[in-house]
Amino acid sequence: MIVAKRKPFEEIKDMLKGYKKVLNVGCGTCVSVCLAGGEKEVAVLNAEIDMARKLDNDPIELGAYTVERQCDREYLAELDDMVKDYDALISMACGVGIQFLAERFPETPVLPAVDTSGLAVNQAVGWYEERCRSCQSCVLGWTGGICPVTMCAKGLYNGPCGGTNQGKCEISQDQPCAWYLIHERLSAQDRLDNIKRIKAPSTWCDQVPRTLIQPGYKKPEEEE
Amino acid sequence: MRLDYPANVKIIRVPCTGKVDVIHLLRAIQKGADGAYCVGCLEGACHYNEGNLRCRERVNHVRELLDEIGIEGDRVRMYNLSSGEGPTFAQYAKEMTEHIKELGPNPLNQNKDATNKKKAAA
Repeated sequence: MIVAKRKPFEEIKDMLKGYKKVLNVGCGTCVSVCLAGGEKEVAVLNAEIDMARKLDNDPIELGAYTVERQCDREYLAELDDMVKDYDALISMACGVGIQFLAERFPETPVLPAVDTSGLAVNQAVGWYEERCRSCQSCVLGWTGGICPVTMCAKGLYNGPCGGTNQGKCEISQDQPCAWYLIHERLSAQDRLDNIKRIKAPSTWCDQVPRTLIQPGYKKPEEEE
Repeated sequence: MRLDYPANVKIIRVPCTGKVDVIHLLRAIQKGADGAYCVGCLEGACHYNEGNLRCRERVNHVRELLDEIGIEGDRVRMYNLSSGEGPTFAQYAKEMTEHIKELGPNPLNQNKDATNKKKAAA
């Protein structure tokens, strides 16, 4: 899932300077699960902003609304009649949701309240670990299900490098060497020969904004 | 035991301190309480294993949030005792009350008082 972290309060407060009526829009999907921008976090942030502005003798009127997903038009449509009543919007969704919200309401400033950090697994309540960098060149089939792009400090598709040291990475003793882990996993699965496969240079599809149309979902008018 | 404890303490009962959320404590301060504290079971003695430990984490988080806003985080505290310790409960109530008296009223109320006075003067 996509995980995000709440921005420091000072930064949010700074962005809100001058606005008197603001709607805080949460997102009910990934950022809700990772406890960064769901209904509950919207309530907490609003309480903080309300108190801080009262202390500054500059009260602010705040609205709260959490949509199912900010990355889908049908859910953003729920806000259409509400937005005109506000000076600005806060979005607690991931970077995708924030931009889609801004795109839907181009005349209203949309301010982010979270920093999106990536794609992560849930290790325990509130504890997330990154596992994927969405490089669009997945090699997990040859690396024992361990992503070297994410786990290796150099993001090496073909490793290890000379910095591997007793299972640790040269950057830190706390950082396991991804390619050591891959070696161990492949070895245990008796398919160590996979480590010798050379991955051709990546196309680095993530250097430009990507559009994905799933097979079978192309609109008839777009067909050649 | 008929123990005395300060009358300004208002008790909100929860099934376990693990039920207490960040927003509950923030709301208390936002609505004008001068302080808020959670009294949970002794650490290691939670019937649900970690309810009181989770509460402690949340209390610490709220303290940080309040400090960020500019309100003393120490207005929110966590205390632990066993259910058989009535006198300790009364003692914590006194301790918290004295502590809050030292800190003074909730700054949100001070601003409100100033605004009301201004209005009255005008």
